[in-house]
Amino acid sequence: MENPLITQPLFYVGPVPITSAVLVTWGIMACLTGFSVWMSGRLRTTPDGLQSAVELLVDTIDGQIRDTMNRDPEPYRALIGTIFVFVLISNWSSLIPGIEPPTAHLETDAALALIVFVATVIYGVQAQGVKDYLAGFADPSWVMIPLNIVEQITRTFSLIVRLFGNVMSGVFVIGIVLSLAGLFLPIPLMALDLLTGAVQAYIFAVLATVFIGSAVEGGHATAKPATKEPTQ
Amino acid sequence: MTNDLVQAVSILAAALSVGFGALGPALAEGRAVAAAMEAIARQPEAAGTLSRTLFVGLAMIETTAIYALVVALLVLFANPFV
Repeated sequence: MENPLITQPLFYVGPVPITSAVLVTWGIMACLTGFSVWMSGRLRTTPDGLQSAVELLVDTIDGQIRDTMNRDPEPYRALIGTIFVFVLISNWSSLIPGIEPPTAHLETDAALALIVFVATVIYGVQAQGVKDYLAGFADPSWVMIPLNIVEQITRTFSLIVRLFGNVMSGVFVIGIVLSLAGLFLPIPLMALDLLTGAVQAYIFAVLATVFIGSAVEGGHATAKPATKEPTQ
Repeated sequence: MTNDLVQAVSILAAALSVGFGALGPALAEGRAVAAAMEAIARQPEAAGTLSRTLFVGLAMIETTAIYALVVALLVLFANPFV
């Protein structure tokens, strides 16, 4: 059985090994960028079907950010939206025969979660200033400082493991069923994978929004109804 | 000889970790779905919001089982003692 934790390099560019996950990631990035550029070029005031669909997607992402953060979604739309669309397409890319979703490898998920972590710090410092942001770690009292630092690390780690485990287990189960049974038996499992992939992309984006929102609001969020932050 | 023993114990540990790790999330998901069903039966007009929240909550609960699966895979494929 293939080890899901190790990736085999396909070829080398100089000393750098290139795995299939990197290739698929590049492909998805190229498709997304190309589509976005092409779409921005053909925006009209009277939208056709495709433009309406894209506008609906952007509107939905905006609404979700606004609901979660109680803020204007404009500064966060690009990051959250890109994360959502990228993770969604990565999870669904397993439908194309021969392609393994890049999110089924630990490295891609680690990179995505690291982006979220760095963005949390940057948005927090931007909104509150370095001093207030750091003071937020000692929020109820200074006793909480180690716990708050540990929380930053563990929630990033759980972001990695959640996405990796869900997508990888889907790929793994389909591989096992395919080797045990015939050709058509994995199809219902693939349908389940579609659902899991969409839900995981949504959750990754929502959690990123919640993390950034809590960093931006800091300790001054007493008046607002606090969005309960999932700890695991 | 010891290596064989470690491998046998690893396989047993992987099976146990998935088995017991799936127990808790299964019970929890059952409770969550039951509560959501009851809420939808009381207020059918809120079904959209409820099912969306339910899906996110279920995925959160399921993560615990996924952690157990990841531990099992670590034990099987990345065991430091084999």
